[in-house]
Amino acid sequence: MADASSQIARTVPTRRPSRFKEFWRYFSENRGAVIGFWVFLAVFLVAVFADLLAPYDPAAQFRQHALQPPFWQSGGTWEFPLGTDALGRDMLSRLIHGARFSFFVGVVVVVVAATGGILIGLIAGFAPKWLDTIIMRLMDIILAFPSLLLALALVAILGPSLLNAMIAIALVLQPHYVRLTRASVINERTKDYVISAQVAGAGLPRLMFKTVLPNCLAPIIVQAALSFSTAILDAAALGFLGMGAQPPTPEWGTMLADAREFVLRAWWVITLPGLAILVTVLSINLMGDGLRDALDPKLKRS
Amino acid sequence: MNPVVIAEDLTREYHVGGGLFSQPGIVRAVAGTSFSIEPGKTLAVVGESGCGKSTLARMVTMIEEPTSGTLTIGGKTVTRDRWRELRADVQIVFQDPYGSLNLRQRVGAILEEPLKINRPDLSAGDRAAKAREMMRLVGLRKEHYDRYPHMFSGGQRQRIAVARALMLEPKLLVLDEPVSALDLSIQSQILNLLLDLQERMDLAYLFISHDLSVVKHVADDIVVMYLGRPVETGPKDQVFAAPRHPYTKALLSATPSADPRRAKQRIKLAGELPSPLAVPPGCPFAPRCWKAQDKCTAERPQLEGTPHPAACFFPEN
Repeated sequence: MADASSQIARTVPTRRPSRFKEFWRYFSENRGAVIGFWVFLAVFLVAVFADLLAPYDPAAQFRQHALQPPFWQSGGTWEFPLGTDALGRDMLSRLIHGARFSFFVGVVVVVVAATGGILIGLIAGFAPKWLDTIIMRLMDIILAFPSLLLALALVAILGPSLLNAMIAIALVLQPHYVRLTRASVINERTKDYVISAQVAGAGLPRLMFKTVLPNCLAPIIVQAALSFSTAILDAAALGFLGMGAQPPTPEWGTMLADAREFVLRAWWVITLPGLAILVTVLSINLMGDGLRDALDPKLKRS
Repeated sequence: MNPVVIAEDLTREYHVGGGLFSQPGIVRAVAGTSFSIEPGKTLAVVGESGCGKSTLARMVTMIEEPTSGTLTIGGKTVTRDRWRELRADVQIVFQDPYGSLNLRQRVGAILEEPLKINRPDLSAGDRAAKAREMMRLVGLRKEHYDRYPHMFSGGQRQRIAVARALMLEPKLLVLDEPVSALDLSIQSQILNLLLDLQERMDLAYLFISHDLSVVKHVADDIVVMYLGRPVETGPKDQVFAAPRHPYTKALLSATPSADPRRAKQRIKLAGELPSPLAVPPGCPFAPRCWKAQDKCTAERPQLEGTPHPAACFFPEN
């Protein structure tokens, strides 16, 4: 047996870095993305430990301190570092608890939209042409509406509450996942490894979820990161319009709406929630950009 | 010996185009192809790109259904609802070792997947043992079990692909240009591995290639295809020594020879492969043939004659 099969094939003994290390290397090349990541992490921790961090109950009213400015302005005290709103509630505590709602909205919306979207997209990618066409035209119809208007209409039907707002936003965001998943599935489906799984006898569910889906995940992860911020923004917008979280929930968009009339007298009640939304959304978008660069194999050099 | 696979008159047509107002065209990717392969033998299918070699492979591996004709595998006639039970008997190795392995699976998982699907009675330990045994057989080392495909070179990936194809102990292995994406030195390693495995496991090979020097090395019988139709078939030695169809002769003359002193008579074919949408009515090779006469463009020659059949009115030998 001096044949080629008995000669053991030799490998070069260089070990490739682990997948996470490689990912981090690409990710950390983008400085904005790293900053975004740390800010995102900070907001996340604030949301998780809101009960420990917030000095007061977000609904507790201190009537004698109504509309007190932040500590650095005359009239402000360290008792309420970021001031109080018209009902005398501590702004800092409300903002900290607001992070919780924003994260809740983001996570729930992304999970619902991504699960549904990936499932429908997979089906469309594997379906016969007529079913594919029906699904995609339906998604095109949803995409044809301005997303916030559609969400608004849905909430108007379902009734204003944070939960209904989340359902509406998830529905509006779903088509993006469907299109993205379908496009990658169609791209992967014709590749040889899928055909050889088929030849090995893999059934449709196995082909869909075990063979094809893991290879389509990179763009979907990026989309999930980016739509996280869209969800927060849309929830805030719905809250601002009175269709999302209802007062006294310390949701950032609702806080903005409540403070509208004081915009000239007390800048802090309206600026601070706005800043909180801005910083969170900006950090997530920066992070999403870095994620795209790190996960897109076309941009890799190695 | 009973043949592992018998194909009779296999034909595959595709409907292409056909907009709102235009009739769809019909492409006959493969037409009237018959062959049989016995255990331990290799049938090579040769021809230039676009002649239907890969479509033939897809039909034999039951990825696509033939439009007409019958395929018999291991004595059972293949129909769509029997694909499942016959799957394990026919496996395929693809040309491109970079696209044929799932990059998200470790080598072990790649090798065990066919067992997981087809032999659910095996325990995880048995599966792993079989996978490791197969890795040894194709010349992969033990520690490769936990690695991802991107950590391997092209030749090693092709070993993994061969190992995966053999996990179900098939009777027939379809090799769709298994070495044409590899370096020359790796090619011979893989070819020797394949020959070695054939001998050990009594495998039948359907070897698809455009590289005649490779075919000469591995084949027992040869089918030469042109535009979806076989134009000459026969034992390797006969076809190489005395090609009868002018196309075969032209193909053979294009093979590089290792002997620099041998006089080369390269036959240069004029013209292009005709569009498969509008195959000429007579012999499909007639527009490019130096021997073509009126009869050739009017009538289609049948695959016949001795010592081995060729589809030509004016055969060479």
